[in-house]
Amino acid sequence: MNAPDQVIDARAVGSGSPVTAAPSATGKSLLTVSGLQMRFGGLLAVDGVEFDVREGEVFAIIGPNGAGKTTVFNCVGGFYQPTAGNVLLDGNRIDGLPSHLVARRGLVRTFQNIRLFKSLTAVENLMVAQHQEMKSGLLAGLFSTPAFRKSEHEALTRAAFWLERVGLRDLANREAGTLAYGHQRRLEIARCMITRPRLLMLDEPAAGLNPQEKVELQMLIDQLRREHGVSVLLIEHDMNLVMGISDRILVMEYGKPIATGVPEVVRNDPRVVKAYLGEE
Amino acid sequence: MNEFLPQFTQQLVNGLSLGAIYALIAIGYTMVYGIIGMINFAHGEIYMIGAYIGLVTLTAIGVQSGLPLPLVLAGAVIVAVLVTGLYGYAVERVAYRPLRGGPRLVPLISAIGMSIFLQNYVQIGQGARDVSVPLMVSGAFEFSMGGGFNVTVPYSRLLIVGTTLVLMIALTMFIGYSRIGRACRACAQDMRMANLLGIDTNKVISFTFILGAMLAAVGGVLIALTVGKLNPFIGFIAGIKAFTAAVLGGIGSIPGAMLGGVLLGLAETFAAGYLPSEYKDVVAFALLVLILLFRPTGLLGKPDVEKV
Amino acid sequence: MASAYPQGFAAQLKYASIAAVLTAILVTPIFGLHLLRVGYRIELQADWTPVLLAALAVFVFQMLRPAMARQLKAVPWPAMPQIQPDQQRKATLALLVVALVWPFIGSRGAVDIATLALIYVVLGLGLNIVVGFAGLLDLGYVGFYAVGGYTYALLNSYFGLSFWVCLPIAGGMAALFGFLLGFPVLRLRGDYLAIVTLGFGEIIRLLLNNMTTITGGPDGVSGIPKPSVFGIEMARSASTEGGTTFHEMLGMDYDGMHMVIFLYLLALLLAGITLFVSNRLVRMPIGRAWEALRDDEIACRSLGLSPTKVKLSAFTLGAMFAGFAGSFFAARQGLVNPESFTFIESALILAIVVLGGMGSQLGVILAAILLTVLPELARGFAEYRMLIFGLVMVLMMIWRPQGLLPATRPHLELPR
Repeated sequence: MNAPDQVIDARAVGSGSPVTAAPSATGKSLLTVSGLQMRFGGLLAVDGVEFDVREGEVFAIIGPNGAGKTTVFNCVGGFYQPTAGNVLLDGNRIDGLPSHLVARRGLVRTFQNIRLFKSLTAVENLMVAQHQEMKSGLLAGLFSTPAFRKSEHEALTRAAFWLERVGLRDLANREAGTLAYGHQRRLEIARCMITRPRLLMLDEPAAGLNPQEKVELQMLIDQLRREHGVSVLLIEHDMNLVMGISDRILVMEYGKPIATGVPEVVRNDPRVVKAYLGEE
Repeated sequence: MNEFLPQFTQQLVNGLSLGAIYALIAIGYTMVYGIIGMINFAHGEIYMIGAYIGLVTLTAIGVQSGLPLPLVLAGAVIVAVLVTGLYGYAVERVAYRPLRGGPRLVPLISAIGMSIFLQNYVQIGQGARDVSVPLMVSGAFEFSMGGGFNVTVPYSRLLIVGTTLVLMIALTMFIGYSRIGRACRACAQDMRMANLLGIDTNKVISFTFILGAMLAAVGGVLIALTVGKLNPFIGFIAGIKAFTAAVLGGIGSIPGAMLGGVLLGLAETFAAGYLPSEYKDVVAFALLVLILLFRPTGLLGKPDVEKV
Repeated sequence: MASAYPQGFAAQLKYASIAAVLTAILVTPIFGLHLLRVGYRIELQADWTPVLLAALAVFVFQMLRPAMARQLKAVPWPAMPQIQPDQQRKATLALLVVALVWPFIGSRGAVDIATLALIYVVLGLGLNIVVGFAGLLDLGYVGFYAVGGYTYALLNSYFGLSFWVCLPIAGGMAALFGFLLGFPVLRLRGDYLAIVTLGFGEIIRLLLNNMTTITGGPDGVSGIPKPSVFGIEMARSASTEGGTTFHEMLGMDYDGMHMVIFLYLLALLLAGITLFVSNRLVRMPIGRAWEALRDDEIACRSLGLSPTKVKLSAFTLGAMFAGFAGSFFAARQGLVNPESFTFIESALILAIVVLGGMGSQLGVILAAILLTVLPELARGFAEYRMLIFGLVMVLMMIWRPQGLLPATRPHLELPR
């Protein structure tokens, strides 16, 4: 589809210049999950899950509640150690790595229950996210050297850019815990994006949003994928959103995969219909 | 080999009786932690108070009064148990209940304050120096087999192990089969649900504190009789060690507290036999640090998985 | 009168009576019946006054409580001050000015007490980094204090190193201990961390107490020299042949007060440095990371922050300041022994941080001054000092757990 040299280097994008990207995936696998299994004592929460997320793609995992979707996220992200299986990012194994190291490799996520730093302001949330980028040392900070101040200024500028991007610029100095629900969700996404990730994992980003906000979310995800070259893995219940934004979908039930493919095929798969009878 | 076995058996007996005391105190820690997730820092002081009350009662009844010894002892234990139980209740009502539901740091600091308060309260009331306890249970059980195998088992140690064993069995049956025991277990599993089901959680929590205090009081009286002297500071070290025992066995688990107590008592006694005695206390602390590092859920505890 | 009691006067009377009787039962075996040694026996000496007083006090309290609760609600109490950052700065500057002038206007005893208070300011601010900023409950902070003190004492006693050489080494040693201790321990949950650190503090004290050949055991190390003024000794006469002493150099008469003032100014310098560093830390990425970690550790991990490293930085920095304070303490006292480094010290320093307001630097400073000066003023009540201390800790948690001057953190602002 696209020549390899047109692959977008997502990490190079930071402060504002949109890079025109190919609208569909390049075909190269960014994340490969095979044979994933997670057992909690006697309960097999995830059993034999396999999928891959390609560069520039939006991949959705859907399924009834309790299907094990968030557990998959936790295994991929290093929050749980899977009892079996491989997770490969860019061809390198990341299963078994602790979550903060996985994050440093470019894999960040949002959470079902939104995990913002509630007592920090919106801009401070974005500053903390850039912690790994801040190169200035302890002494530089203590004596407020020019290098330190430059580093802080750059971080603030990047934070301002992303707040603008998600439409929260005016709320920059508000405590994150006081923001409206929809704003909190957007802030969480901005916080992920400011780390210049390769893969953005969204756990039910549309939960609790009104229809207008869902449309805006869909536009945002699309924009992120197109302009910032990030691949997206999402868990969602809202079928309109899923069908509208996803390139491919994995359907799970009781911890097992029951179908994988493009939206049109999956939505008509009899097994999927059976699992979802009555759901929209 | 001739020397080893009798000495080993001797240490075993000593370790078991020390462990029994730790177990009695540890149960208080583990029950409270299991039900409200709080380390009752002042529990060691409760044990110390139990010992003092026991001694006061013993003195009040009077050894010379001519009453048979078991009656005197029983009387002292009963009074100590009842009054110390009341202390346990009072501490919870005054220092912990108003703080329930807030950040976890707050009750812990209140508990530290309570511990300091109680220690000094007894110090002012009864003096800071050692108080000697009259030797009431004397005599020992001489056990020998051929070949120089001589083991001396003092009756006091037998009393400790025997009493503790009986209490442990009684406690297990009580928690397992009585109504309030069931309520305790329910609250430990899910407090809110228990509340919704109509269980008076305040009463259950108070009961937990009282029961823990009572058992610690038994330990206090027993130790006073064995060691022969008391001071207001025995609670601190004993408390830490008993907490270690509770963690070793798996905090929140009553059989764990029993197991942990025995294991710690044995470990400490054997260590004291082979290390310079000043380092005896270091053993307990070191053990605590090691367990928390390598197996924080303890021997009988369940590893808890963090919900992300 | 009857309307003051929501459940009725008779019911309240019954409640108060029961409480009074229970109090009497509680107090009797400890305060009512004193154990007295008479010859080789023990006897009881009855003293019913405290029992009756306690019972009466409880009775009165319970009877008045509903009425008091009403009264308290009716009066519009001014809320305790929430000091804004700029007011904090002004207040701190004012304190600094007073502190600079103090040694020249205060009596010898007053300056001496002030020096002690400044040591606790350093300790309080140091622990504030660990507990207040990073939210790690460290109950063994006294261990690092001990390491600092003994480092100077032992380096001086074995190698003759001077205070100025030993001061940074003491801080470094304490920081090293903090790192080594913190590394395995900091992933533990809150209360467990507290107990483990308590254990470590006790282990350090026990080791210092028992390794007699190296550390002097229970007697500790004595004869620790006071610091010199940039190499010039401050003594009545030079201890080395042909050396000049401070007063000789300035052409003044020897006055013991000089050393007192010098020590005070040194302590003030240490406190100032600690305050400066602690102040800067909250405005740096690491300070933000501490705050974020307290809010949500999992979110931190998801952003690439290593919780252990972040916590370790707080732990190590806090330990370093305790090390500085420890070596200064050794210099001032002239001797160190394990008795100076018990758990009660850790509890005291923790109380300073908690009472001042966790994370609030000004609050911690004031609390340190308060908790050092008040016991000195109330010398008559020395016996009851610790009792009141414990009681105050409990009452503070019930009444005002956020501390006297809760922290208002400076927020990073995005300009409009």
